[in-house]
Amino acid sequence: MAYDSIVCVKQVPDTANITGDAMKDDGTVNRSALPAIFNPDDLHALEAALQVRDRFGGTVTAITMGPLSACEVLRDCLYRGADRVILVNDRRAAASDTLATGYILAQAVRKIGNCDLIWAGRQAIDGDTAQVGPQMAEKLGIPQVTYFEALVDLSGRTIRVRRNVGNGYEVLEARLPILLTVLDSANETRPAAAKRVMRFKHARSAGEITNEVAANMPAASSAEKEAEAARLLEKLRAAGLRIEQWSLDDVAADLRRCGMSGSPTKVHRVQSIVLTKEGYTEIPPSEEGVGRMIHELVVDHTLG
Amino acid sequence: MANFFTDNEDIRFLFGHLDLAEIATVQEDHFVHADANALDGAPLDAGDALDNYRRILSIVGDVAANHVAPRADAVDEEGNTLNPDGTVTLGEKVRQNLKVLAQAELMGFTLPRKYGGLNCPNVIYTMANEIISRADASLMNLFGLQGIAETINAFADEQIKNQYLPDFARGLLTGAMVLTEPDAGSDLQAVSLRAWQDSDGQWRLTGVKRFITNGCGEILLTLARSEPQSRDGRGLSLFLAERSARIRVRHLEEKLGIHGSPTCELVYDDAPAKLIGERQRGLVPYVMSLMNGARVGIAAQSLGIAEAAFRVARRYAQTRKQFGVAIEKLPAVAEMVTDMKIAIEAARALTYETSRVCDLENNNLRILETNPPSDAEELKRRKGDARVWKRLAGMLTPMSKYYASEMCVKVASDAIQVLGGSGYMKDYPAERHLRDARITTIYEGTSQLQIVAAVRGVCSGAFEKAVDAYEQFQVNDEPLSALRQKLTEGKQLVLKAVQFVKDRGPDYMDLHGRRLVDSAIAVMVGHLFVKQATASQRKRAVARRFIETQLSAVRRDVDLVLSGDRSPLDDYVTLAGAAPTA
Repeated sequence: MAYDSIVCVKQVPDTANITGDAMKDDGTVNRSALPAIFNPDDLHALEAALQVRDRFGGTVTAITMGPLSACEVLRDCLYRGADRVILVNDRRAAASDTLATGYILAQAVRKIGNCDLIWAGRQAIDGDTAQVGPQMAEKLGIPQVTYFEALVDLSGRTIRVRRNVGNGYEVLEARLPILLTVLDSANETRPAAAKRVMRFKHARSAGEITNEVAANMPAASSAEKEAEAARLLEKLRAAGLRIEQWSLDDVAADLRRCGMSGSPTKVHRVQSIVLTKEGYTEIPPSEEGVGRMIHELVVDHTLG
Repeated sequence: MANFFTDNEDIRFLFGHLDLAEIATVQEDHFVHADANALDGAPLDAGDALDNYRRILSIVGDVAANHVAPRADAVDEEGNTLNPDGTVTLGEKVRQNLKVLAQAELMGFTLPRKYGGLNCPNVIYTMANEIISRADASLMNLFGLQGIAETINAFADEQIKNQYLPDFARGLLTGAMVLTEPDAGSDLQAVSLRAWQDSDGQWRLTGVKRFITNGCGEILLTLARSEPQSRDGRGLSLFLAERSARIRVRHLEEKLGIHGSPTCELVYDDAPAKLIGERQRGLVPYVMSLMNGARVGIAAQSLGIAEAAFRVARRYAQTRKQFGVAIEKLPAVAEMVTDMKIAIEAARALTYETSRVCDLENNNLRILETNPPSDAEELKRRKGDARVWKRLAGMLTPMSKYYASEMCVKVASDAIQVLGGSGYMKDYPAERHLRDARITTIYEGTSQLQIVAAVRGVCSGAFEKAVDAYEQFQVNDEPLSALRQKLTEGKQLVLKAVQFVKDRGPDYMDLHGRRLVDSAIAVMVGHLFVKQATASQRKRAVARRFIETQLSAVRRDVDLVLSGDRSPLDDYVTLAGAAPTA
């Protein structure tokens, strides 16, 4: 039996390579100062979906919500084997918190229609909230398993998965459709495939084509530009290289639940932690030494 | 994410510096296959092709850094297993590496697109081989065996190509070049494995082969004696044998290094086989062509191992403190580290130049063979080019293999020296790099054999022609012109030595071959560095240091050549002493 998957992916600033101007004065991330990358956990979500497809058949659709530049991660999904990719892009979605994002992506999943498995990375490295996946499942009214580490069994409409609970694991059984958030320990992600790269590097969304036409034909009238954009998009569609681009209207989203107005999260305060102490403390390898260390950690609230 | 292509400044520099657009244009037949509507992978123009090459190398760099390198220690530890039934089970990590390479669609690197390949030129494949080798030298012995598919593509009939090449490109098949026998190592003319036709006309192979890299692979390109009365290379033909119960691995060698690469002794028990191309052409030209490609491959492997070893040493020299300073501040260490780096860049310059020339040669031959120009002038020019490229490639290929592999052993050894006692321990990968490095000067033709091949190019005009061509490159810059002046002096010294040697016969030529070849390489690489220096400030310093140090070596070597000393030949027993009896 074949299974259709949807994978939620995100383009994030590369917080592993922080430079001095990574944070703006207001404490938010300065996205322009950091290279944009594929959220690492999402690569493992994509791999999990591709493995299900390789084994059982079916399709893998990747979706992301973000600016046009997020098409880069969608192309990466195509390079690694995704069958279809969709960009949800709308100015009115800007400043969405996890609640609004979860809602919009759930609407996109509804529009895609039939699907058996929804995959997301455990969390994104820019916000580290791990909330969007679970919120989507709630809104879609389907079961969810977080911290997915292995597929134990999949037959008919029943899935059995292993879930890492930190100090051990549990095996859970659920009915499809289901949403799973995936850990980086779940699999080894496949690399981009060379021939797919040579082909899908040409894939573009409508918004990207509009921008490229504007850059290439600065003197043309807007009608000429529109005609050229339409021609290029038709060519891409015929070659199977068009990245679908949906607005909030396309996914029938209630605008009050999107963007700023749909986002109750308020950033109360941002603390800049600067580690001042250097070097290390030596703990004698004895009952007493370890006891003293635990005591110290409890006192300064590192533990407990 | 770590990436062994994008983090390598010199490879990226050469990617921009070599005239890859020219190569891409001939490789893609001036882009006549491009389809702007289908966008199916055939590049639209040189820019598109170079963009593809860069992207492909980025994938190689990703695979190498994030998949292969983390497993290299375990691969070295684990090795492969010989089963009682004469089959071999590759180590689990080796299999994972092969799977990732197949997923990345890198196993048909140079094959034409119609068989599922990437149609990359040799120079890009050489870069890829280097990048993979830096991560795990032994994996290159499997990744770098794509010459087998290339040989099938070049010489087999269409039916064999259609049957096997797509599966090679998918990574479903791996192969082996099955040449060496217990009594036919460097001297392949002595191959004796018997090829005979049964009553149905089916070719069958009977005999033993030894030291076969990946001899447990599915497709065995086997050199065998099809003409029983013959004694020399003209009695040998090339066969394709599929692995079956009639081909057993009798022994798996225990080696100093490259543990991930299975080295097999094979027994052929009347195994069925298909003839590749024509009878009696097995050694020349088929295997010679295969081996020339493989030699450039080993040069690339050498670069990768040296790069890996250098990086360990460079970092250690910076972080290790003795006498209150980082050891790189100590003059002896500073010189060792800079010499290592320049040696790698020198060998890389020569190896990539060789690949570039091979690409020009191969594409010219392909056009002459498949689509010869109707214009008589054009045909004449191409045939002339073919002769020029053939002579140049015939000299550069053994030069690169010799130079890069000797460099690799030296750099890997010096890396341990920089690390001192720590380098000798298993705690650092330096000792693995030296163990892996040691084979490179031996297989695919020893350094001594490469020199025999290269010195003939040096003494027969190919060197002079190549340097004349380099001298045509315009340099309008005082310091670089001064360096060029020194290279001219070097060339004249080499030519003087060549003349001297020629008057004294082949024995003397081979006795002093290494010095002649070393000196010729120093002059040629000097020119390559000067050209690089026109595009990079750092390379100016590299060129200056290289030419200064190498020219003094050239003088010393040429002095010795001109001395007429042949005592290792004339007084062998006196100098070597009596052979020990036990």
